[in-house]
Amino acid sequence: MLRFLNRLFSRDRDKGGSKNVAMERLKLVLVHDRVNACPQLLEALKEDLIRVIREYIEIDETALDITFDSMENTVALVANIPVLKIKKGLV
Amino acid sequence: MKGKVIVITSGKGGVGKTTTTANLGTALTMLGRRVVMVDTDIGLRNLDVVMGLENRIVFDIVDVVTGGTKLKQALIKDKRFEGLYLLPAAQTKEKTAVSPHQMKTLCNELKKEFDFVLVDCPAGIEQGFKNAISGADEAIVVAVPEVSSVRDADGIVGLLEAAGLNKNQLIINRIRPRMVKRGDMMDIEDMIDILSVDLLGVVPEDEIVIVSTNKGEPAVMDTSSRAGDAYRRIARRLNGEEVSMLPLNHSEGLMNKFRRMFKMASR
Ligand SMILES: Nc1ncnc2c1ncn2[C@@H]1O[C@H](COP(=O)(O)OP(=O)(O)O)[C@@H](O)[C@H]1O
Ligand SMILES: [Mg+2]
Repeated sequence: MLRFLNRLFSRDRDKGGSKNVAMERLKLVLVHDRVNACPQLLEALKEDLIRVIREYIEIDETALDITFDSMENTVALVANIPVLKIKKGLV
Repeated sequence: MKGKVIVITSGKGGVGKTTTTANLGTALTMLGRRVVMVDTDIGLRNLDVVMGLENRIVFDIVDVVTGGTKLKQALIKDKRFEGLYLLPAAQTKEKTAVSPHQMKTLCNELKKEFDFVLVDCPAGIEQGFKNAISGADEAIVVAVPEVSSVRDADGIVGLLEAAGLNKNQLIINRIRPRMVKRGDMMDIEDMIDILSVDLLGVVPEDEIVIVSTNKGEPAVMDTSSRAGDAYRRIARRLNGEEVSMLPLNHSEGLMNKFRRMFKMASR
């Protein structure tokens, strides 16, 4: 009986609640939705990335691929950038 | 006199746009303002039944914008409230019977006569939505604390901004404090954080909304209704008053008391 009442009135149950799952899923879905609503964003980001990386590394620009992915409890920007050659004598 | 056109929208259907329009319209007239509610859900009109005015319809919005009928003839006066009017949607026509341009002209006409023009938007993002927002000065986005509704609300905010509407405020409807407390429902902060819009108000889940809809009497008429109370507070905010947000669990004082008593007893 005590245990039942304790459970009934217990405050600290929200750790494992389904809301956390909902929030994580929503965040990822919205990242994709917002990117899809504005495809120019990803293109502009790609171009800028290439420009910066080219200063240090020779890369295969045509094979460059960036996506969004869900990690533990965040959304990650994942870039796959095939390296051709590291420039010498920069450091 | 120049009023404000506010569109009530959500993307997803069934989250409370029509309920919100009816209650805010009624509550604003209770504050002494002149209000017209425009139902733009052509083919699926509902605001008339929620308001209990379905038997008074003679003309509708399509009759007005296509030229034949004078606005004054089509507006239904709600005899229970001084200054409250309804322009009903057409039930038998297509959404394309009204164009965004016609809607804009209509709204401009209405805001000469009224303090608030509340536009009840249909679900979706097609022609009906485009019509509804075309004459709006600002928007109220209604969302319930569920993944699909929040997602749609986010999309709608994007579309509103793209259409040049920048004052978009959120009403969170049907929140259930008990589910929030046990971690099974998104809370207010979660939703604002995700959507990054300003909060206009929070309306709890309340059976009285259904009872009041059954009777055709908006919940704000029932002074004991929690949802009605929430809508009255939102109306005061729209009317320019500073009204504090109620703590979510204000209705659960008794539970808290029990919890505290029990904790003491079990020590
Ligand atoms: N706060 C609330 N508590 C309980 N029921 C509600 C609440 N808000 C809306 N409802 C109910 O939800 C249903 C959909 O509401 P409605 O206003 O017609 O949504 P929409 O216009 O967005 O399609 C209706 O049956 C209504 O009575
Ligand atoms: Mg509706």
